[in-house]
Amino acid sequence: MQSIKDRVAIIGMGCAKFGERWDAGREELVMEACTEAFADARIKAEEIQAAWLGSFVTSQGGQALAPTLKRRIPVTRVENACSSGTDAFRNAAYAVASGVYDLVIAVGVEKLKDFGFSGLPPTDPRPTSVVDPEQPPPTYFAMMINRYMRAYGIDYDRAKRALALVAVSSHHNGSLNPKAHFQREVSLETVLNAPMICKPLGLYDCCGVSDGCAAAILTRPEIARRYRDDYVLVKGMGICSGDAYAQLRSDWDFIHFEENLVAAKQAFAEAGIANPREEIDMAEIHDCFTVNHLITMEDLGISPRGKSIEDIEAGFFKLDGGFPVNTDGGLKCFGHPIGASGLRMIYEVYKQLQGRAGPRQLKKIRRGLTHNVGGGLGVSTAAIAIFGREE
Amino acid sequence: MAGIVSAGAYIPLWRLDLGALGSGGRGERAIANFDEDSLTMGVAAGINCLGNIDRRTLDGLFFATSTSPYKEKQISVIAAKALALRDNILTADFANSLRAGTTALKLAADAVDAGSARQIMVIAADSRLPMPGSDFDSLFGDGAAAVIVGRENVCLNIKDSVSIADEILDLWRTDQDKYVRSWEGRFTLDEGYFRVLPAAVSKLLERSNLTAKDFSKAVFYGPDDRRHRDMARRLGLEPAQVQAPLFGAVGDTGTAFALMLLAAAAEEVKPGDRVLLANYGSGADALLLEGVGKFETNHSIKALVDSKRVLKDYVTYLRWRGLVEMVTGRRRPPTLSPSASSLWRERDKNLALCGVRCLECGTPQWPPQHVCCNCHATEKFEPYRFSDKKARLYTYSIDEMTPTLDPPYVIAVVDFEGGGRIWLNMTDKDEKELRLEMPVALTFRKLFTQDGIHDYFWKCMPERTVKGG
Repeated sequence: MQSIKDRVAIIGMGCAKFGERWDAGREELVMEACTEAFADARIKAEEIQAAWLGSFVTSQGGQALAPTLKRRIPVTRVENACSSGTDAFRNAAYAVASGVYDLVIAVGVEKLKDFGFSGLPPTDPRPTSVVDPEQPPPTYFAMMINRYMRAYGIDYDRAKRALALVAVSSHHNGSLNPKAHFQREVSLETVLNAPMICKPLGLYDCCGVSDGCAAAILTRPEIARRYRDDYVLVKGMGICSGDAYAQLRSDWDFIHFEENLVAAKQAFAEAGIANPREEIDMAEIHDCFTVNHLITMEDLGISPRGKSIEDIEAGFFKLDGGFPVNTDGGLKCFGHPIGASGLRMIYEVYKQLQGRAGPRQLKKIRRGLTHNVGGGLGVSTAAIAIFGREE
Repeated sequence: MAGIVSAGAYIPLWRLDLGALGSGGRGERAIANFDEDSLTMGVAAGINCLGNIDRRTLDGLFFATSTSPYKEKQISVIAAKALALRDNILTADFANSLRAGTTALKLAADAVDAGSARQIMVIAADSRLPMPGSDFDSLFGDGAAAVIVGRENVCLNIKDSVSIADEILDLWRTDQDKYVRSWEGRFTLDEGYFRVLPAAVSKLLERSNLTAKDFSKAVFYGPDDRRHRDMARRLGLEPAQVQAPLFGAVGDTGTAFALMLLAAAAEEVKPGDRVLLANYGSGADALLLEGVGKFETNHSIKALVDSKRVLKDYVTYLRWRGLVEMVTGRRRPPTLSPSASSLWRERDKNLALCGVRCLECGTPQWPPQHVCCNCHATEKFEPYRFSDKKARLYTYSIDEMTPTLDPPYVIAVVDFEGGGRIWLNMTDKDEKELRLEMPVALTFRKLFTQDGIHDYFWKCMPERTVKGG
């Protein structure tokens, strides 16, 4: 197998303002992100040869994209739960790496706030016996933190406070980002005293349900040089779908995602990374709920098992910490339009690597990582991508 | 001679505090949780009745109730599936009279005596809806009982029986009625209960040359405590002979009443003891039983009565019965309808909680798989049922947002002794008492009703704590 490392370059990106976009349908969101991406790459829409469209519930086939841009080109709609956007990017990357196409676009879009209720809409229309318990996403992470506390002997108050620190940090980063859904700082007390959603998860432990869109223009590095010097390279990608281990196997411990481990192994191998804590400089991770921050940092090998809570308490993942995480506010504050989130994460890593992240700009960035996991415990798709500059 | 091999009952965990009715009542009555009905309670009684008896040895299942969840569709066949009985058995529903349980019992005994069945289970269950505020509102209780009738390992022989058919409008519901109707009490008691039940008993005593004094225990229906005591006097029974009728604790459980008290009486029966069983409804049945052995009970009636949670909030009860409409949670899309073809395809999986065990590595798995989750062996499985396995709570979530009639919505990850894991809803719970690794029991429940389909499945619950039982 060949590695994808340094074979695909991003030459332009765009990202819509995320949030409750009562003013915008999917077409307006697509236009916002794509217009910015085309301008950033200094190309015309006509130059795009093929498109991959990540969406959870917002498009049938290519309908959210081709009619909006008036392009009669191949559009592949990708649905892969919370990893839809990253997987759309991945398929676009493989297409240009293969040489079949030279210039393609990956778009992630989601319009969630027209359904008329909070939370996510039903996504599987397949009639069933309807006997499985309803499993709203917060329940997964409550089940995980209950086991996590027991596995590592962490008492409730300490766990609750560590989770709150994650939320406080994300709100700080979001406050520096004009495109984020939530742009207000919150205090630790506010987070700790918020209404309970799914114990121990309170309101501020849960990400926003948002509308949004993000887009990336991809090509090969030799072509990228014609467009810009500061293009960003794909260093490694990994993706994995769960085989229902959480439902079937009584030896699974509820304190890690098998999908994360498989995807991380692939991505690190491609990128040639042996020690992620040292060799990666920032990460945009899937903090749909604060618990997932705790779990993910351990699954990615950034924190040792059972120790991510100590890293959180030490401020290691804050904007000014040793390993900044979710510098743009993360799912928690940038918002989580499912199919758009992966590309939104890539957007932040791209800007950071180019030194164009404004007040959130980090120093000395060589490599950044994005991570998604979603779809249900044991049946998630995890997607990890690593980016860097020309070395 | 056919007799009763085993007996068991089910009384729901929840009791309504009669003080909550605001009519000066005292005591309690048993009320089904929102996810229980006559079928689910009957299955629970059936499980208690089965104990260690091999369910494959049952040749029939009779289900008696005046409150079937379906007007057209047999429920004994659903109960048979939930109890994992064989397919080549006789199933029948007995309906429309509180006497249906004893009638089913008599016919089961006749079938066994005739040799057409070795063992038949008779379930009687009811959850009659009293008109809120009516006298019935402090009298009716929900519950179920089950007996197995057979010829071997008999505890109580069924020596004789008498039935009387009697046409009267005393208590009734039309096919459109939600609540029980009744005529003036002086008429219904004098010309119904007090006339017909003693007539059946007299006939039975006369035929067998016995008097009331010859019985160590008498089990008979009564509409309330006072009338039950009056009947004992009319039959010439001493208080010590009368099986306590559980008014003020459980209530009038309708079709289940007589068999539930019979199960209680059977707990103490000794060889040679004579037991009178008399029941009333559109006539009367009287049966003469005689103790020949003793059987083990899984859950004594006293234990079931004692393990309870008392609801003091009448509005919650009304919500459980669908009599008050209130918001059940945040705004969410409507519940999906179950698909009849999917329910049929998955009937063993859903109703009997049947999964598979890998023939290569022995790992139990639910739902059934094609490729083993552990060793990846393909299509090498045997059926494996989880519904009677011991289980513990691996982890859980307490969800304050998902709409439910009994908030909060608790999902439990349940690990089974012998292997296997299933995610289930938890019911009859106190979320403050949840602990990792605590033992849980499985219980057959109605998840919801949508588009005319009752969706039955299994939930877990904390093991019922039994004080002094």
